[in-house]
Amino acid sequence: MLPEAVNQSGIKADHPTSASQGTGLALGLKVLSVGPILVLALLIALLSFLSPYFLTQRNIGNILAQTAVISVVAMGQHLVILTRGIDLSVGSNLALASVVGALTFHAGGSAAAVIFVMIVSGAAVGAINGGFFVFGRLPHPFIITLATLSIAKGLALQLADGRAIPGMPPAISALGTDAIGGLPGSVFVVLGVLALLLVMTRTMVWGRWIYAVGGRPDAALRMGIPVSWVLVSTYVVSGTCAGIGAVLLAGRTDAGSPLFGNLLELDTIAAVIIGGASFLGGRGHLGNALIGAIMIGVIRNALNLLNVNIFFQLIAIGVVIVIAVESDVLRNYLEGRVRVMQAGKPA
Amino acid sequence: MNAVFASRTAQADEASPPVLSVRGASKRFGSVLALAGIDISVSRGEILGLLGDNGAGKSTLIKCISGVHRFDSGSIIIDGAITTIRSPGEARFAGIETVYQDLALFDNLTPAQNFFAGREISGPQWLPRGLRFLKQRRMDAETEALLGNLKVTLPKLDAVVAMMSGGQRQAIAVARSTVFARKVVILDEPTAALGLRESRQVLDLVATLRDQGNAVILITHNMEHVIELADRAVVLRQGRKVGELVPTKDNKQELVSMIVGA
Repeated sequence: MLPEAVNQSGIKADHPTSASQGTGLALGLKVLSVGPILVLALLIALLSFLSPYFLTQRNIGNILAQTAVISVVAMGQHLVILTRGIDLSVGSNLALASVVGALTFHAGGSAAAVIFVMIVSGAAVGAINGGFFVFGRLPHPFIITLATLSIAKGLALQLADGRAIPGMPPAISALGTDAIGGLPGSVFVVLGVLALLLVMTRTMVWGRWIYAVGGRPDAALRMGIPVSWVLVSTYVVSGTCAGIGAVLLAGRTDAGSPLFGNLLELDTIAAVIIGGASFLGGRGHLGNALIGAIMIGVIRNALNLLNVNIFFQLIAIGVVIVIAVESDVLRNYLEGRVRVMQAGKPA
Repeated sequence: MNAVFASRTAQADEASPPVLSVRGASKRFGSVLALAGIDISVSRGEILGLLGDNGAGKSTLIKCISGVHRFDSGSIIIDGAITTIRSPGEARFAGIETVYQDLALFDNLTPAQNFFAGREISGPQWLPRGLRFLKQRRMDAETEALLGNLKVTLPKLDAVVAMMSGGQRQAIAVARSTVFARKVVILDEPTAALGLRESRQVLDLVATLRDQGNAVILITHNMEHVIELADRAVVLRQGRKVGELVPTKDNKQELVSMIVGA
């Protein structure tokens, strides 16, 4: 009788605290999971308060046009990071694609041919990345994508003779400048890529495999998932996105240039991480990667509007990355706590 | 307990031919001879206990059967036919399910997503597998029904596995094998990291697997579990099979001495 009474009172004393602790933890996790969009909303509210120009239609159009390239490429980067990888070559890949496209145009290619060539060039570099990483049995994609960063850049400079090549077909230039309903055409390309990749990652087996491979590569292999091909495919998609980015940037500047895409790898990786994806793989939402990209665009734009020194922008974005990564660590910690509590609960 | 008793009597008539046999299995890792000509076999509705000290070759043997490694020599015979197993996928195709000691669960996926990982219900069939569309609702419903049948209770079916306790995770991994097991289920130390209550739940699942007509290979260090569940026990030591007997309370000491070689 006595031990039971003790036990009962023990449960009674224990239960309310653990329950309230549980809801607190759950709330914390919820906030972190909707974090990126919350932070973006706060940022926009703050900036519209600080600068009267910030929320004007023209400025919003500007932000979106400037962010379009980062957005598209970040979505590809996101898939690679989901599988615990990294694609450092996206900037050079984009530059090479734009040069190849410009050369195609000057050789008499139509707009369709130019777009096709740019996207294929991007996908080809992606296939080389993925192919060497997986079938060349490299320990980490860092190495091969660092190599192709250099190779693609050199090739672009070589092909373009070190200079920008002006001139793009009108249909491509229109993407960068023409406004449809007040929004630049590139915005619709971003939305199109987003929609397509959302369908592929959320409703197709391929997307499930990406999350599985990122979550646990060894288990994915044992469960019969074609891990090699899943990995290669993410690099091909990342490269394809770089090719699409080349089309957008070439459209906006009416040129192809080997100097395009400088530090784009950093911007896109930052966008993905700010968007809440984890370098540990298997975690993150495509939409959040887009929000991360827009956040970077917003921060840049606002610092310009507020006449903040341009060097400070780099520092600001670096600080945001640190905050984003630390919030990922915090989320892992909270999840661990929730798990411990679950284990303690009677079944 | 009834189920246990029923299966032991069923086993007694020895009529059913083995669904899985391994003949003369050898495996060498560099200079280490991990397996030296092992023969084992297991029939439907039977639990075979696989015993041995650390390094005895148990894990190597089951990894070869489940397609992670390959035997250097020896053959795997499934339902009377010599079968080549070159990958985990081929093992599954042959009807062999494995619950690995590390569970092989995806922490970032839900129980249903874990259940169907690598064999998602999807369509249309004419598309390549990776490009098919997931039938998530059907997978969720089947998972829920199955967990209900097995009396496995999880706090939330839409939560990722990372948020679940050790026992719940183990139950998910074992339950996953019950969905797809057609012939043989291999369990590698399924209760090693569990408390008493959780162990009980998993052992009941193992009995269910057998009652469904699977051949079960159970690796464990726990003699009580072997005596309770296993119809036969095979003891490995230094890559060799050193004994095979029907485990009972009376020959427990004999089993232990076979394992340690004393």
